[in-house]
Formats: sequence, C-alpha cells, structure tokens
Amino acid sequence: MAQSKHEKIESNVFLLIVLTLLTVSVGGLLEIVPLFFQHSTTSPIDNKGNPLQVKPYDPVRLVGRDIYVREGCYNCHSQMIRPFRAETERYGHFSVAGEYIYDHPFQWGSKRTGPDLARVGGRYSDEWHRVHLLNPRDVVPESNMPAFPWLNRPVKADDIQDRMRALNKVGLHKYSDDEIAAAPAAVAGKTELDAVVAYLQGLGLALQNVK
Amino acid sequence: MADFISGFWNVYVMAIVALSILFCVFVLVSNMTKRESGPAQLHGHVWDETLAEYNNPLPRWWMYLFWITIGFAIVYLSIYPGFGTTNQERGARAQYEAEMKAANEKYGPIFAKYKDMDLAAVAADPEAKAMGQRMFLTYCAQCHGSAAQGAKGFPNLTDDEWQWGGEPATIKTTILGGRMGVMPPFGPALGGEGVKDVANYVRSLSGLAHDSLRAQRGADLFQQNCVACHGADAKGNVAMGAPNLANKAWLYGSSEATIIETITNGRNNQMPKFGEFLGEDKVHLLAAYVIGLNKK
Repeated sequence: MAQSKHEKIESNVFLLIVLTLLTVSVGGLLEIVPLFFQHSTTSPIDNKGNPLQVKPYDPVRLVGRDIYVREGCYNCHSQMIRPFRAETERYGHFSVAGEYIYDHPFQWGSKRTGPDLARVGGRYSDEWHRVHLLNPRDVVPESNMPAFPWLNRPVKADDIQDRMRALNKVGLHKYSDDEIAAAPAAVAGKTELDAVVAYLQGLGLALQNVK
Repeated sequence: MADFISGFWNVYVMAIVALSILFCVFVLVSNMTKRESGPAQLHGHVWDETLAEYNNPLPRWWMYLFWITIGFAIVYLSIYPGFGTTNQERGARAQYEAEMKAANEKYGPIFAKYKDMDLAAVAADPEAKAMGQRMFLTYCAQCHGSAAQGAKGFPNLTDDEWQWGGEPATIKTTILGGRMGVMPPFGPALGGEGVKDVANYVRSLSGLAHDSLRAQRGADLFQQNCVACHGADAKGNVAMGAPNLANKAWLYGSSEATIIETITNGRNNQMPKFGEFLGEDKVHLLAAYVIGLNKK
C-alpha cells in the first residue's frame, strides 16, 4: 500500500510539530494578535471619539489595588459590566476596553457573589466603605461578605518604588523618576483601609454618568 | 470593529478566516474515501505481532458534523460581525442599543406620566410606590437599609427626622445633587474635659442620663462653639445639614462615648449624587417613595 498522507506526517516528528503548531496558533493569530493593533484596546478613547478620564494609578491607589488582589476581592466581585440593559441599569455604562489599559493584570473576575465593582467609584461615601469593609453587616444586615477588620492598619509599602518600576516594564504608562521618588511620601501614614477606599473610589469614573 | 490602526488588520483577519475555512474543506475532501465492496481493507501497519486496523471511512454522521460546522461558520459570518466590518448593525453594541431603545419606548411613557405629577400625588400612587421600592432596593438600600431603617451614620428615612429638610422638593434635591455632611473636630479646641462637658450637655437636651454639673459647664461651651451650626436652641439647621440635638434621633448613636467621639474627631460623610446617573425621571419616583415611607 502506498504511503498515505497521514503516515507521512505521523512518522516525521519535525513535520508533525510544525503542522501542529501552525494549527493551534490560528486561534491566537486571529483573536489575540489583532488586539495589539486596535485603538480601543491600547488607548483611553471611547467609541464616540472622546478621550476618557482614565488615569494611571497613583501610589496610594496602586497599594489599594494590590490589597484588593491580596484579599482576593476578585473571587466574588467582577469588574466588567456587560452590554445588557439589566446590567447597565444597575451599574452604569457598560465597560469598554480603553478603561483597563493601566490594569496589570485586569480584575475582570469571572464570578459575582457580590455586585460588580467596575463603576463603584463615587457610588458610596468613603465613610460607607470604611464601615462596610470593617464589618459589612453594620450597614447591610443581609450581606454575606466577609469582614476585613485587619485593614485598619498602616500600609506596608516599602517596596512601592519597585512595584512602580515593575509596572513600567509591563505597562503603557511610564511613571517618571519624580513620581517614583515621591511615592513613599504619598503612602506614608495611610492605612490599608485608606488605600483600598482610594482605589475603589477611583473605579470606573471615566464613564460614570455617560448614558 | 473599525478601530484598527490600519486597514491591514481587517484584511489579515479576513484572510486567515477564509483560509482556515477553505483548509477545513480541503482536508475533508481530500480524506473522503468510499467503502469498497468485498472484504474490508487493512491498514498496512501491524502492532504487537498481530494487531491490525481496518481502513474504514469515517462514519457518515461524523462527516456531516464537519460539513455542518463549516456551513455554520459561513452563515454566522454572513449574519453577524466577524468578517471585516460587515454586519455591525447586529453587533453587541447595536443589539444593546436596540434593547435600550425598546425599553425606553416601553417604560419611558410610564416615567413621563409620573414626572409631570406632584410628588405628593406620586407618593400616593401604588404603582409608583412599587416602582420606587424596586429602585430603592437597587440604588439606596446599601446605605439606608432595605427597609429604609438606616444604619449608624446613615439616616433612617422612615422617621420624621430630616437632617437636610423634609419638604418633598428638598428630598428630591438631596437625591439629585447629593449632600456633604461635615462636622468639624472640636477635640483640640475643647480639650478632653471640655468635650465631655459638652457631651453631657447634649445628652441633657434629649433627656438622657447626664452629669448635671458637667452639663452646666457644657452649656457655656456649647454657646461658644456649637451654636453657629446647631443653633442656640440646639435644634439644628437644615440649610447646612446640622442635626437637631434636642430630639431622640441620633445619626451616630447617643451613648456618651459616641458623642465624645463625634465632638472630638468630627464626622465626615456624604450622600452621593444620583441625578446624573439615574436621571430626573427616576429620582422623581425615588423621592416620592421616600416621602411615602413617612406617611404615618
């Protein structure tokens, strides 16, 4: 029997590897690579051409964001409002790619035990966040969110400059030497609660009141 | 989306999509075999001395599934976005806008009907009340509680106590524009003993247990430090959100320790503004719902 096409590929390891790689790369070439070359994913611009008020994280919000990650908030809170009326009525304008360009990594999450937080900035007072984080049931008796009483302690951020330098390596925003030099003073004296509240209060402001 | 940095990327995506589909067709066609009559053919290879494999074609239903998949891809790309910039009118954004438009057509007239009605009349309308309650639970219950009972630092809306004024129009203004409640810290100015004296005086105003000697001294300090906001009679001032201290309502609590904490460190809290986020139609209904809560 003549050598079949299968046999030619399957008995040549190098050819098999090359053809396999080619096949599995199609999805990535189509769905990932083009995103690096889109305005909406690489610049803070919304669909109507207006620049969004998307700002890089200042040191305090950066620390707050790291605490958000440390405490695993993303396990129960998403940061991604989908384009459905049921979501936008409750949370506000649906999320757009340009809002996340300074997030490394993004905190979209995949599960909502608690509400979405993509646009929580400005929805509650700072005082509410403090009370709520220390013990959610003080303000929402029905809440099943865990309490985070230990957040009321000074931030430990002696590595804040390293964190900013690390973000400079991966991110679109480059913190200047002056910004990095001023960072330790900015976070000095803050509690972890202050930092998390500052982070939360800045979330989603760009399209806060856009319909 | 049409927001690639250059037109090349549209062509790039379209080319790979088209090539992939064509390649799938090629693989299927080039591997189609017919079952020949007679005894089944064997593949040439043998394992473990005797183990051989029949060279049967793929089952027909299996082949059909492949063809259906290819057909689905072509039909999908001809209806929905994915191939260049076609069919944007059926994209996620367009579908969302259609959904919002349909909802506005359906619910817009209902909101419009109530918007032109007086707040007191809306408050008396059972349908408006049901709508107001649903919105209250979505937007307001996190601070004010699901029964509007409030919490420490967050006002109870069912009592007749209004820090910023209880007139229907004022309540609507509060929801639309928010409020910023600031009590400055008096710890440094009064000193520890002074704060305690004032706290006792404030408790005496509401008929709570107090040290009368301290309350007497506190009365003088109150007149010197507190009357600008809370008034000489301590009945508060709705124009600046200074609470009435001579009644039974306590936003942060009436214990001596809590009052001392309030006077020493001050209080700083905020009612967020909802006017821009919800729009006036919805705020109108919410205000009416809150007014309705107070109907004894």
